Amino acid sequence: MFEDLRDLYNATIIERGRRPRHMRRLEDFDATAKGDNPMCGDRVQVWVKYAGDGTIAATGFDARGCEISKAAADLMVEAVAGHSATSTRRLFAAFRTLAQTGECAECAEELKPMLPLAAVHEYPSRVKCATLPWHALIAALEGEGATTSE
Amino acid sequence: MNAPSFDARLDIAAIRAQFPILEQKIRGKDLVFLDSAASAQKPRAVIDAMVGAMETQYANIHRGLHWMSERTTEAYEATRDAAARLLNAGDRHEIVFVRNSTEGINLVAHSYGRGIMKPGQAVVISAMEHHSNIVPWQMLRDAHGTELRVAPINDAGELDMAAYEALFADGKVGLVAITHMSNVLGSYTPAERIIQIAHAHGAKVLLDGSQAVVHRRVDVRALDADFYVFTGHKLYGPTGIGVLYGKRELLEAMPPWMGGGDMISSVTYERSTWARVPHKFEAGTPAIIEGIGLNAAIEWVEGIGYPAIAAHEAALTDHALSRLSAIEGLTVIGRAQDRGGVVSFTLDRAHAHDIATLLDRAGIAVRAGHHCAEPLMHRLGLESTARASFGIYTTPGEIDVLADTLIKVREFFQ
Repeated sequence: MFEDLRDLYNATIIERGRRPRHMRRLEDFDATAKGDNPMCGDRVQVWVKYAGDGTIAATGFDARGCEISKAAADLMVEAVAGHSATSTRRLFAAFRTLAQTGECAECAEELKPMLPLAAVHEYPSRVKCATLPWHALIAALEGEGATTSE
Repeated sequence: MNAPSFDARLDIAAIRAQFPILEQKIRGKDLVFLDSAASAQKPRAVIDAMVGAMETQYANIHRGLHWMSERTTEAYEATRDAAARLLNAGDRHEIVFVRNSTEGINLVAHSYGRGIMKPGQAVVISAMEHHSNIVPWQMLRDAHGTELRVAPINDAGELDMAAYEALFADGKVGLVAITHMSNVLGSYTPAERIIQIAHAHGAKVLLDGSQAVVHRRVDVRALDADFYVFTGHKLYGPTGIGVLYGKRELLEAMPPWMGGGDMISSVTYERSTWARVPHKFEAGTPAIIEGIGLNAAIEWVEGIGYPAIAAHEAALTDHALSRLSAIEGLTVIGRAQDRGGVVSFTLDRAHAHDIATLLDRAGIAVRAGHHCAEPLMHRLGLESTARASFGIYTTPGEIDVLADTLIKVREFFQ
């Protein structure tokens, strides 16, 4: 009866949501921030380790929330590896457009693995689930410590 | 499974016909609205009363010297009589109109808390409060130096009465603010006993009746409650209007909270004097249309009668507990003996938000999340739950649709 929901809960989302590959706290990190969605209680923390040139060498996260927020966080870790703060912000802007509209025009290679999240735009109340880990990551890069998806 | 015995006094089909919204289809499916604890749907009587006021009988109240103002004032003030009757208050002046329960609690926290309570005194809440009955008392604590104490619950979701009573031992408790029915667990609290214990120790009691007043007859005089709050929109009435009941001698002794028009007796630049209760607490033009709508809601509920409402919802809740408990991997949260039509649950394979998204696809509206009760979630060791809550229009067939669909939700996530 829910087969049309497989566009949202596709194999990638289920696999990454159930068994995230990067859900771990970094013991050695340079920046961290928490993200909260106060309306639903989702919470994520992101840890970042920089390389010598200031790009992202490693990212880890801890999340309590739904399959979508965990899958989005897990895929995000891979997308931002090797990126500077500036290019990470650019990726986030493109990802946010993807989550809100389903479109990824001139889609960056790094974002293509996140296309399984495109269907979230059909579920307006769930867009924040997908963007929350990004908000936390950007807050970490900017040294803010905490943010919300509100 | 035996069919539950639903109250024959209630013609649910006829009741449902009075709620225009229930005819809506959601994605081609019948709307199964199981989120009434967040806000209830509105019967035709309420809709018509509000539209009728705007179309035929509307002006500002309490001040006009013309026909329209006088008639509108009468209609608005009739709601005060209706609310007093609903709660069995002895005096219509004990009914203060507020925007919602939250505002009623904040009014007491501000006026009674800062005006009457002394720094060093304590406020007791329970471990199953809505944020609206936690945060105002934290703000009072931080601004006024009162203490905040939390009465624990047991694993079934019932107030631990021995631990509650022990909180009074040092004689510092000045006020108890406690829910009459949990919005997450559905548990009723033993209000009468709570109040007896508090009064024996010289403390006043505020009951948050946001949920309870929808499901059960409330008698503030029989309970001997000092304050009681409820909100109109959960009682099949409009948003923007709620009620604070306060014993008259308490309201008289309390300072005003907000200043403005309507709450004064006289104003000069040197000083102002206050209107009598309840107007002392009703600054500014109130929610006139909503107040008139609340009267219609109260009369509508009284027309059905609490015995029939309570019997219907008790049967629904029994049916829901029986059907949901039978689903593999589903855990019902809260097992209080005395409970109302709110059932929270978790599913082993799916987060509450994912459950809610799938149920929504089937036309079923439930709430998912922490239900504005984060400390309770923490106490229960949970992040979130899904919650089905029932209203007078809920049918056993809708519970069956929920249960059958949840089985499919679980299969989807296997």
